[in-house]
Amino acid sequence: MRPDIVVIGGGTVGAAIAYGLAGKCNKVLLLDGDDGDFRAARANFGLVWLQGKGLGMPAYQALTRASIALWRGFTERLEAETAIDLAYEQNGGLAFCLGEDAFEKRRLDLLRLHNQRGDGEPDWEMLDRPALERLLPKVTLGPDVAGASFGRHDGHANPLRLLAAMHAGVLRHGGALRHRARVRRIEPAGTDFKLTLDGETLVAPRVVIAAGLGSPELARQVGLDVPLRPERGQVLVTERLEPFLPLPASGLRQTGEGTVMIGATKDDPGFDVSTTGEAAARLSRKTVQIVPALARVGLVRQWAGLRIMTPDSYPIYAQSQSHPGAFVALCHSGVTLAAFHAEDLASAIAAGSLPGRLSPFHQSRFDVPQAA
Amino acid sequence: MFRKLHDPGPQAVTIFIDGRPVVAEPGESVAAVLLRQQEGWNRTTPVSQSPRAPYCMMGVCFECLVEIDGQGSVQSCLTPVAAGMRIARQQGRRSLSA
Amino acid sequence: MSEHTDLLIVGAGPAGMAAAIAARRHGLSVRLVDEQPAPGGQIWRGIETVAATPRAARLGESYLSGADRAAAFRACGALYEPESQLWQIEPGFRAFITRGGKARIVTAEAIILATGAQERPVPFPGWTLPGVLTVGAAQILLKTADSVPEKPVWIAGCGPLPLLYMTQLLAAGGRIAGFLDTTARGRVRAALRHLPQGLGRLGDLMKGLSWSLALRRAGIPTIRHVTELVAEGEGRLQRLRYRAEDGREAEVPAEVLLVHEGVVPNIHAALALGCAVRWHAGQHCYVPVLDAWGETTQANIFIAGDGAGIGGAEAAEPRGRLAALRVAARLGRLDDAAAELAAAPERGALSGALALRPFLDALYAPRPQLHAPPDETLVCRCEEVTAGELRARALEGRPGPNQLKAFTRAGMGPCQGRQCGYAMAHIVAAAQGRPVEEVGFYRIRPPLKPVTLGELASLDEQEPAA
Repeated sequence: MRPDIVVIGGGTVGAAIAYGLAGKCNKVLLLDGDDGDFRAARANFGLVWLQGKGLGMPAYQALTRASIALWRGFTERLEAETAIDLAYEQNGGLAFCLGEDAFEKRRLDLLRLHNQRGDGEPDWEMLDRPALERLLPKVTLGPDVAGASFGRHDGHANPLRLLAAMHAGVLRHGGALRHRARVRRIEPAGTDFKLTLDGETLVAPRVVIAAGLGSPELARQVGLDVPLRPERGQVLVTERLEPFLPLPASGLRQTGEGTVMIGATKDDPGFDVSTTGEAAARLSRKTVQIVPALARVGLVRQWAGLRIMTPDSYPIYAQSQSHPGAFVALCHSGVTLAAFHAEDLASAIAAGSLPGRLSPFHQSRFDVPQAA
Repeated sequence: MFRKLHDPGPQAVTIFIDGRPVVAEPGESVAAVLLRQQEGWNRTTPVSQSPRAPYCMMGVCFECLVEIDGQGSVQSCLTPVAAGMRIARQQGRRSLSA
Repeated sequence: MSEHTDLLIVGAGPAGMAAAIAARRHGLSVRLVDEQPAPGGQIWRGIETVAATPRAARLGESYLSGADRAAAFRACGALYEPESQLWQIEPGFRAFITRGGKARIVTAEAIILATGAQERPVPFPGWTLPGVLTVGAAQILLKTADSVPEKPVWIAGCGPLPLLYMTQLLAAGGRIAGFLDTTARGRVRAALRHLPQGLGRLGDLMKGLSWSLALRRAGIPTIRHVTELVAEGEGRLQRLRYRAEDGREAEVPAEVLLVHEGVVPNIHAALALGCAVRWHAGQHCYVPVLDAWGETTQANIFIAGDGAGIGGAEAAEPRGRLAALRVAARLGRLDDAAAELAAAPERGALSGALALRPFLDALYAPRPQLHAPPDETLVCRCEEVTAGELRARALEGRPGPNQLKAFTRAGMGPCQGRQCGYAMAHIVAAAQGRPVEEVGFYRIRPPLKPVTLGELASLDEQEPAA
C-alpha cells in the first residue's frame, strides 16, 4: 500500500488522528515506536476532563469543551466499529478539597475560569461535605474533607482500551498499523516526504508528526521548531475492589475493573521514568486522607510516564510553511482531546489546512522574536 | 486435598477459617492449613469469580490470597499460623469496608 | 536497630546466608531481609524446626545439611529480618521494606540480591483449577507442614525435582497414581555430549539414577514423552487428560496434579533496578548480566544464587561468598589482592558445582509444546487473559510484550507477570516469526511485593520534609 498519509506516533494523539483520517477514506499508515519507548499513552490516568482547565487561555478552554461535546458520539462510533468497550462515563467529576481554605480557593479558581468564558450557565458547583456524602453513599470521607467541586461535563474512560480501539479502528477502515517502526529521518522528495526507518524507506505525500517527546527532532526536519520538555507523572493502582466511587475525581478514580487509580505527581527529572517511594508515600497519604478505608487496600503497581509539555503547557497544532503537507500535533491531554483529534483535527488535516480557530495553538507562539 | 502425617500434639494451636475452629501446628503456613480442609478450600477471582487455591507455596503466584485478621489480600503461603488467627475467604472483588 | 548497614542482602537461602557469613567475617555490617519466617530459602525450608524431628531423615542428607548453615548464619552477627517484604530499591541505596504491617526505609552501600528461583510457569488448559499445584509447592508442604496429597497423586513434568519429591513422598508413606514424564524424546542423546565435563559429579548422577530406580522398584506407572496436558473439573480438579508423543491418550480421575518443568531465576528485582539481562539459550530463560564477582550492570548491586542463573545450592554458596568478598574490597575491608586470593577457591567450587549443569539443562530442556499452549489456556492467571487473545493481538501491527500488556492487561495483576512473562514472550515470538530472545520482557515496576496504601502513607509521615 502506498499511503496517502503517514501518521508518526501510535500513542493516543497519533492513533486518534489516524483513526479519524482512515474514516475519511484516506489510505493511512500509522507508525508506532518501540516497545520500550516513553509512551505517555500507557501512563494515562483516563480522565475526560474540563473543570479547572484553561485559565489564561480561553482557546484551550473552548477546545476542551468542544472535544468533550464530541466524546459521546465518538465513543459510540468507535465501540460499534471495534466491539471494544471504552468504559466511558460522563456523569460529572469531582475535585476533593482538604480543609475550608482549599474549598474556598477552589471556588474562586473556578469562578475566575467561568468569568473568563463570559457566557453560559455555570456547569459546575461547589458541594459541601453533607452534599458530597449524599453523592457518595458508600464512602466514609476523612475528617479533613471539606467538600468538593463538581464539574457536570467531566467523566472518564479506560485509556488503554481507547488506544487499542483506535488502533483497531484504523485497521477496520483499511488503514495499516505497524508497531516497532521508528522513523529516523524525514526528507522532502519532490512534493512527497521520504521517511527513513530502520532498514527501509517509505514515501508519502503527507505526514503527521504525533510522536510525543520524540517529535522535536522529526519536526525540525520539516522546518518546525517545537519546544517540548518531559514532565514526569507518577500513578498508583490498587487491587480490584467492589464499586464504591461512582464518580471520577481529580487524582482518584475507580475503574470499570474495580481498581483504584491514584495520581498524579508532577516533577521534572528529565527523560527518567523511574518511580520513587517518596511519590508513592505522598500519593497514598493524600488518598487515605480523603478515603481512610483505602489504607487497607493493596497497591498493585506504581508507574511513571512523561507528559508532553510545551512551554505554556497548551497543545501545538501546526502545518509547516516551508514543507506544506507536514503537520505536528502534540499535547498532554490526549484522552480528553481524542474526540477532537479524531474528528475536527483529522478533517482539517485531510482538507490540507488547519482552521483559524486553531491559530492560538501554532508553534510560532514560541518562536524567539527577531532582534530589530 | 492434603493430609498431615503427624498429630501436632500439645503444641497445636487453633485458628478460625470463616469462623470455624481448625487445628494447626506452629511453623506451618496458613496456606498449608487451607489445603487440608475437607471440603476443598478456594477463593474466587476478582475478574471472573472462578475458584482458585494455593499453587506455588513460595510467594510468586498470588493465588492463595486471604483476609487475615481483617487485612485483605494477604499471601497465606508466606504467613505462619498463630493462635486465634481469623481467616476469611475472599470472593471476587473485596469490598472497601471489609 | 540502625537503619544503615554496609550491606543489604535479600533472601536467606544458601547464597544469602553464605554471603552474610562471609561479609561479617570481613567486618561488614549486614542486614538480611527475607520473606520466610526462618532461614533456609526454598531448598532448606523449615530446616531449623524439622532437623530435630524424626521426619527429617526421609527428606534426605542434602536437606539436613542446611541445619549447620542456618546455625552458622544465626551466629554470624548479621541483622536478620524474617517475614519482611522488600518492595522497592532506589539508588543510594534506599530499600523499602514492610515487616509486620509496618513500612520503613533502610539504607546500604551495597546490595546482594539472593532471591533465588521460581518454578518455570507451565500454562496448560485447566492449570488454574484448585488441585493443580507445582511439585515445588508439594515439597514445601512436605517440609514445612509434613503434609502429603490425601489420595494417590499425579505428577507431570521433568527435571530432578519431581524424582526427588517422589522418593521423599514414598518414604513418607504417600501414594503416587502415576508420573507423566514430559522429557522429550532424544534429550538423553543431546545431553550425553555434555556428560564428559560433568564426570566429576558422578555422585549427583548416581543420586538421580537411584531416585529413578527407587520409583521403578515401587512400581510407579510412568508414561514417557508426554506432550499435552488438560486439567478438568467443576470448581476443582477432577479429571486429567494427557497425550504422549506416540499419540497415546488417556483420561484419568485426579484430585491433585503436581507439575514441574524446571526452574528459572527470579529476575523481577533485577529488572526493576535496571540491571541488564541476557537470554540464556541453555536454560531457556533470562539471566542477569554479571561479572566474575556477581556484580550486575548497576554498580554495587550483586546477584548471587539461582537468581544469577540456575546452579543449585552448591553453586549458590560460593556465588554468595564471591559477592561478599567484592563488597568487602569495595568498602576497603580487604585489599584487591587479598580478595582475589580468597576468591580463587570459591571460583573452583563454583565451577565444580556447575559442571553437571549443561548436561541437566540439555536433558530437561522444556518441551516445545510448553511454550505454545492451546488458545483456550489462561496464560495470565491474574487478569485471565488467554493464549488465543494474545496470539490474535500479536498479529495486529506486531507489537512487543509491553504494548500487548497494555492492550490485553496480561501481566498487570498482583503477580506482576511472574506467571505469564515467558509465555507472553514465546507467543509473541511465534506469532511474529521472531527469535524469543529478541522479543524482550515486561517492564517491571514497583512494588515488587505487596504493600498497602496505609503502609505507604505512614512512610510519608515518618520522612522529614525534603
